[in-house]
This record gives sequence, C-alpha cells and structure tokens, in this order.
Amino acid sequence: MNEQSRNSLRWLVFSLPLVFLALFYFYPLTKIVLFSFLPEGSWQPERLAKLVASPVYFRILWFTIWQAALSTLLTLLIALPAAYIFARYQFRGKSLLQAVMTVPFVLPTVVVAAAFRALLGQNGLANDLLINVFNFSVPPIRLDQTVYFFLLAHVFYNYSLIVRIVSSYWAGLDPNLRLAARMLGASPWQTFLRVTVPLLLPAIGSAGLLVFIFCFTSFGVVLILGGPGYATIEVEIYRQAVQMFNLPMAAALSLIQITINFILMWIYARLDTKSKSSFYSASVAGGAVRPVTSFARLMIIGNVCIMLLLLVTPLMALVLRSFTGQEGLTLVYYSALFSTEAHSVFFVEPIKAVANSVGFGIGAMLIAVVLGLMASVFLASDQGRRKEIVTSIRRYKSSTTLWDALIMLPLATSAVTLGFGYIITLNAPPLNLRDSLALVPIAHALVAFPFVVRCILPQLRQIPQSLREAATMLGASPAQVFFQVDLPIIRRAILVGAIFAFSISMGEFGASAFVTRPHTPTMPVAIFRFLGQPGEMNYGQAMAMSTILMLVTCSGFWLIARLDRLRNALR
Amino acid sequence: MNGAICKLKRVLLIFALVFILPAWCHAGQTLTLMTHDSFNVSKEVIAEFERENDVVVRFLKSGDAGAALVQAILSKNNPMADLFFGVDNTFLSRAIGADIFEPYQSPMLEMIPDRLKLDNENRLLPVSYGDVCLNYDKAWFKEKGIAPPTDLTDLTRAEYKGLIAVQNPATSSPGMAFLLATIGKFGEGDYLNYWKKLRENKVLIAQGWSDAYFGHFTAASEGDRPIVVSYATSPPATVYYAETEPEEAPTVALVTDDNAFRQIEFVGILKGSKNVTVARKFVDFMLSKTFQEDIPLQMFVYPANSEANLPEIFIKYSKVAEKPLKVDPAAIETNREKWLEDWTNVMLR
Repeated sequence: MNEQSRNSLRWLVFSLPLVFLALFYFYPLTKIVLFSFLPEGSWQPERLAKLVASPVYFRILWFTIWQAALSTLLTLLIALPAAYIFARYQFRGKSLLQAVMTVPFVLPTVVVAAAFRALLGQNGLANDLLINVFNFSVPPIRLDQTVYFFLLAHVFYNYSLIVRIVSSYWAGLDPNLRLAARMLGASPWQTFLRVTVPLLLPAIGSAGLLVFIFCFTSFGVVLILGGPGYATIEVEIYRQAVQMFNLPMAAALSLIQITINFILMWIYARLDTKSKSSFYSASVAGGAVRPVTSFARLMIIGNVCIMLLLLVTPLMALVLRSFTGQEGLTLVYYSALFSTEAHSVFFVEPIKAVANSVGFGIGAMLIAVVLGLMASVFLASDQGRRKEIVTSIRRYKSSTTLWDALIMLPLATSAVTLGFGYIITLNAPPLNLRDSLALVPIAHALVAFPFVVRCILPQLRQIPQSLREAATMLGASPAQVFFQVDLPIIRRAILVGAIFAFSISMGEFGASAFVTRPHTPTMPVAIFRFLGQPGEMNYGQAMAMSTILMLVTCSGFWLIARLDRLRNALR
Repeated sequence: MNGAICKLKRVLLIFALVFILPAWCHAGQTLTLMTHDSFNVSKEVIAEFERENDVVVRFLKSGDAGAALVQAILSKNNPMADLFFGVDNTFLSRAIGADIFEPYQSPMLEMIPDRLKLDNENRLLPVSYGDVCLNYDKAWFKEKGIAPPTDLTDLTRAEYKGLIAVQNPATSSPGMAFLLATIGKFGEGDYLNYWKKLRENKVLIAQGWSDAYFGHFTAASEGDRPIVVSYATSPPATVYYAETEPEEAPTVALVTDDNAFRQIEFVGILKGSKNVTVARKFVDFMLSKTFQEDIPLQMFVYPANSEANLPEIFIKYSKVAEKPLKVDPAAIETNREKWLEDWTNVMLR
C-alpha cells in the first residue's frame, strides 16, 4: 500500500470524529461566542471592561489553576500505589473493589457532600466518636467549607481514573525489561525509578491530564464543599451568563478557560509523542499474580485500607442513611419510591429511571467508544511513517499534536456556554436537535469521548510497529491488522474507556442541566427532584435513589469485569 | 478493508437513526411548555386538558429559572416552545426587555388579585406566588431555651451568632430573593451594613437551597444551623413529606410584616408560537381552578387565583405574609449586577 492511499485511509478513519466535533462542538461554540461578542452585529467592549479592570478575575483564574493542580497531585499521590497493586497482583475482591471505585463518578455533588458530612461534618460520625472517646467539648474536625473538604472530594471523585488507566497500561509492560535491569545489578528501587516509571509516564500523564481538566472545570464540588468563597472560572461563567445576563463576559471567560486548557493539552501531547516507547509484551498482558512476598501483602492491605476509608465509608454512609428513618431501620423510603400514589406528571417509577439512565449511558458509551477509537487510531498512526519519510516527521508530528489537543477541548469547555450554543445553532432541519432527546447522549458522548481517547491512545502507541509490519508482510490487509493485532492488545484500554464513558453519562447532570431536554427522568434527575423540596420523605427517597444508582452502576461494572475474565478463561 | 467499511456503515446507520428518529416522533398536534426544573403538576390535571383539547402537552425542562429564561431568549427567532412558565418577579424585567412574550388578555385574569399583576400589557400572567423567609427549628430553640428570631434585624444579635444559613444569591433563586428582602427592608443605602453585621455574626453561605436545607439546617440534617432561608410553605411541606404525620410542624416560617420577599411566577405565550389558540387555552387552564388547586401540593407555593381552595395542610400549617417586602422589578434588573457584586465583595472576598 503506498503512502498516499495510506494517508487518505488515515483521514477517512478520522473523518467521523472530525464531523462529530465540528457539528456538536466547534460550530455551536463559534456561533455562541460570535453571538455573544457581536449582539446585533455590534461590538460592545464596555461589557468586557471589568475583565481587565478588576483584579477579581485574575484571582479566580489563579485559584482555578492552583486547586486543579493540587487536586491532581494529591490524587496521583494516593492513587498510584493502588495502580501498582491492581496491575501486579491478583487478590480477593479485586473486581468488586474496581467496580466500587468508579461509583463516585456517577454521584451528584449534593449527594457526595451529604456523604462526607455524615462522616466528617460537625455532627458527623467521626466527630461523635472523637467527642465520646476523648471528651472534646467542641467537634475537633471542622472541615466543612474549607479547602481540605473539596480537595478530599476531588480525590474521591478522581481516584479511580488514575488507578484504572495506569494499572491497565502497567499490566501490559514487558516484565523482561525490569528483570534485565535487576540482573544487571539494579536494586528494586533503582529499577522502579529508572525503568518502570519512565515507561509508565504516558499513562500517568494521560490520567493526570484528565484529572486536571476535570478539577479545572469543577462546579458544584468546590462550591458546596469549599463554600461559596471559592469559585472557579466555570462558576463565574454561570454567574455571568445566567445571573448577570452578561453574555460577552461569559464568552470571554469561556475562551480563557479553553485557551489555558488547550495550551496545557498541546504541551502534553508534544511530550507524549516524544516519550513514546514500544515495550509491549503480549505474553504477560493482564498476567497478575498472587502476592507472595510480605511487601506485596503489605502493599495490598495498605491500599485496600485507603480505598475502604476514602471510598467505601462515605458510600456506606449514604446507603445506611437510605435505610434509617426517625425510628431506626426502615424500608419506608424504598417503598415510597416504588409506590404509584404520587400523582405528578413527572413521577417516575425507579425502574423507568434506571432504564432511561442505562439507555442514555449505553448510547453515549457507543458513540464515545466508536469515535474515540477512530480518533486514537488516527493519532497513533503517525508513528509508523517515521522511519520512511524522515523529512516530514516534524510536519506530521505537529499536526497530530494539534489534533490531539483539539479533541480534548470539549472536556474543558463550560457546559453553560456549549448548552447555549446548541440553542442558537441546532435549531433548523436537518439538525433540529436542540429539544430532541438525541442531544442528551450526544452531549454526554462529547464529554466522554476525550476520556476514551486518553485511555486508548497510550496503549495503542505502545504497540511496536514491527508487530503490524510482520502482519502486513504475512499478507494481512490494514483492516485485518487492526482487528487482529491492535484490537486484542488495546481491548482492556477500550474497556476502561467504555466504563468511564458509561459512568460519565449515568451521573452527568452538569452538562445536561444546560441542554434543554424533554422531560425524561434519569436517576440523577429524580434525585434532584427529591432534593428540591423539604421533608424527611424527600430526603430519604433521594438517598434511596442514590443507593439504587450506586448499585446499578456497581453491578454493571462488576458484570463487565466478570465477563472479561470469563472470556479470558475461555480462550 | 471490508471489515472497516462494514463497521463504518454500521456507525453511519446508528447516526442516521439518531438523527431521523426524533424528527419522525414529532407527528401529531402538540403543545410545548418550556419551564424550569422545579415545575410540577398532577398527571390527571394535564390529562384533562389534553382530552378536552385533543392535544399532547410536552414539557421542556431547561435548568434553573434563570438558565431556562436565557435559553428562551436565545431561541427568540425560532422558539422551541409555545409557552414559557417560570419567569418570576426578579427576572420579569429581563423577560419583558427581551420582548419574547405575546400579550394575552385572559378572561381568567379577573380572578387574580391586582397586587400580583406586574405587567400591565399582560405578556406575563401571574400563576403562583410564594414567600421567601426565614425558617427555624422549633425543637432546637426550645431545647436551648433561646427565643427564636421575630424580625430580620434580630439576626445581627449576639445570641444568634453562628446559627444562620443563607444561600448565595449568585447561584440560588431563594438566595437572591433574600438579598432583595434585605434591600427592600433596609434600603439601598443600608443593606450592606446589615450584611456586614451578619458576616460578623458568622452567617453560613451555602451554594443553593438543597445544600442549605438538607446540608446545614438542624431540622433536616446533621447540620448545626437552626435558622435557614426557605419558603413560607416549607412547614406544610415538612408535614406533608414526613415519615409519620406530626402533631405540629417541626419548623416555623417567619412571615411577620416586612420580613418576607414575595416571589411571583408568571406564564407567557412565546412570540412565534404556531399554536396560539391552544396556547391561550392552556393559559386559561393554568389560571383555572382545576390547575390552581393542584399547585399547592405539587410545587408548594400559593395559587394566584383567589377562588382556588387551599388544601387542608396549607390552611393548618402555612401563613401568607400580610405585608411582604417589595422591590421594583425594573430596579432589580438594572441593579442586579451591582447588588450582586457589592454583596459578593462584602461577604465573600
């Protein structure tokens, strides 16, 4: 196959993600920004004057970057040891823990806040315990409305992101390199620092970048747990757009947010293509072993304890709350949830809410995985040509770097801005989608798609080109090479990407809150409806619904992991 | 190669389905009501209207009241819906200024008291109202032996230090209403001084209503704030949604003269609606006794129609503010940005 047809095939693969992004991201975004800056065709700079005149915006920007960076570092610090044990060892309850770990992703902020307060609030369990044991006169833990509280929540939300992406990559590294280093006299620690860590960098970078962007655009977590004194750019965009109705200002802030993230992602993409290392070993992929050394056991016990403390206790607090009424244990919230007495037009049986959520989730997941896979193949396919045409490397590389950064942008874009963009663009046939249900999975997929790319791309780049060349030489067509060489190797990464895409959609309220939609109650929508009115029953039903949401998500992931294991065993 | 093309075809097919299906589902006569996420109504009530007029009513929910209105304004040239419900008096001027509503002199307006009508051209017709005010935890005050507050001015006193939770007006609609209450009470010159004193008195500022009520209010959570900004209708709601009906409401709403801010919610027919006749019928229906009597237990606010009977739980546990605080809607829209900025500077920075 000659260079030209290969290149056109490459672009053909990329055309679908490109069309998707153009239609549902760049077009609405450009239009809303132009519309905001030029209402009725006139440029009104005075509405933007405050942006430069007031030091407030610089402070908000600085705070946003600072908290995102700190959250990312903390999450990496706490989650990387867990990635190690998940990559290396097989132990009891592993797949269940893996499933539970991803649950925070689907929980609405108010619910997570309730969970943390039940544990660490003024009158929470921890304080009660400390007061009883040590006779404190005032609650010793005072986390509510402090920086520590939302940093903790950011770690809680993003822990699984690091663990899943890094461990699935780690498991595919060739252990012979490590063994060779050890044989040449390196200590385990030296081997780890000089061999394993450099090899892991692409995955750590990918996961870290996602956490950073997620925290950068954090809305509710910072506001509810940190208190209104801490506001991110995302919050300020909402304030300007909705409260002040100052669209130019909102658009300008959105552009600033996008630009900062773009620069960051572009730098990252450049570094990532440079640090490429193909050390894949098919023989050991997923070959986790039972722990034998005491160090390994200690590592596992330590990490499981952290997970139990950080992830499981807050979730259990929620579950417990959903079964606790005024007079102790009760099922009254669940029976109310299933009762058909409620007369509201918006009343929904929990089963229906589950079905809607799962339906949107699967839709968003399919779109995100298909597009993410195509985009990853495109982005990864520049490595092959390197040897062949040395002179044009630079050009190719910079073009893929640019695309790599561009496809990440939807994740870094304010939901309000994009939602408003949909209103003014997708409003005429053939794209009359702004009040269509199809927009919900599309909006979810737009956010989930960068996740899929970041999961798959490092793994795809890890595949040695020689493997594909051998297949081609043996007569395989490009499609055969992809389906029989690449796909089996990146299967795990696709799985991780799909799980995140699904859970983003299941829990997404932020993005869809600004997309006008016909009333289709999903589980988060139902939870918010209950939390909108006073009364014990409302709160209890919200907790019960949250518990069902957790259960559905958790069992979904667990099932996927089981099926995957089963498939492996059958082969 | 074949595999890839086959896959591409399949993906294209999925896309076609995603695009074509929605268009195909839109057949038949429908009336679309755009509204905010808190809107609610009984199934039977809507079914009655649908039956009588041979029409399907579709609801579009578009975020909170502010976000929904902005979306309606942005879609001005090509409206998504026939009607919009949920403009309140704090956003009234913005809605009128954007010129998105058609006047409609509904015959039902006769049954609505004049004090609720704020648009003399009847582009926006009052449907319901509620009073934003302080709620306090009766049991907490009884147990501590402290007298509960009787006036907004009380909150600056030392015995209420660290007891109050309010919402951030920049992210919450009751929060905004409470800010307006203080402006109505103390005047533009003095309200910030009041807030400064509240800040010294360790007032807690929560992001939104749910966060304040279910996150910090002692009567509804593990929180430590026995006073919270909520609605005058919250006490009947706590009774209605109690696990077992209590003897009396566990919370009290402070609706004494000059202590509550009245939020009035309006409905309007969107300019460019293709079903004006049915839309007008729906407005009449929303103001009729059937719909109006359904409002209290669905949205926990008061019906605008003075002939609508209130449910027993409202009569027993709820009071309307006789003399609510008022701020002119036009002044709200002109000064919103300034007030919010000043408030934020005093309270949060």
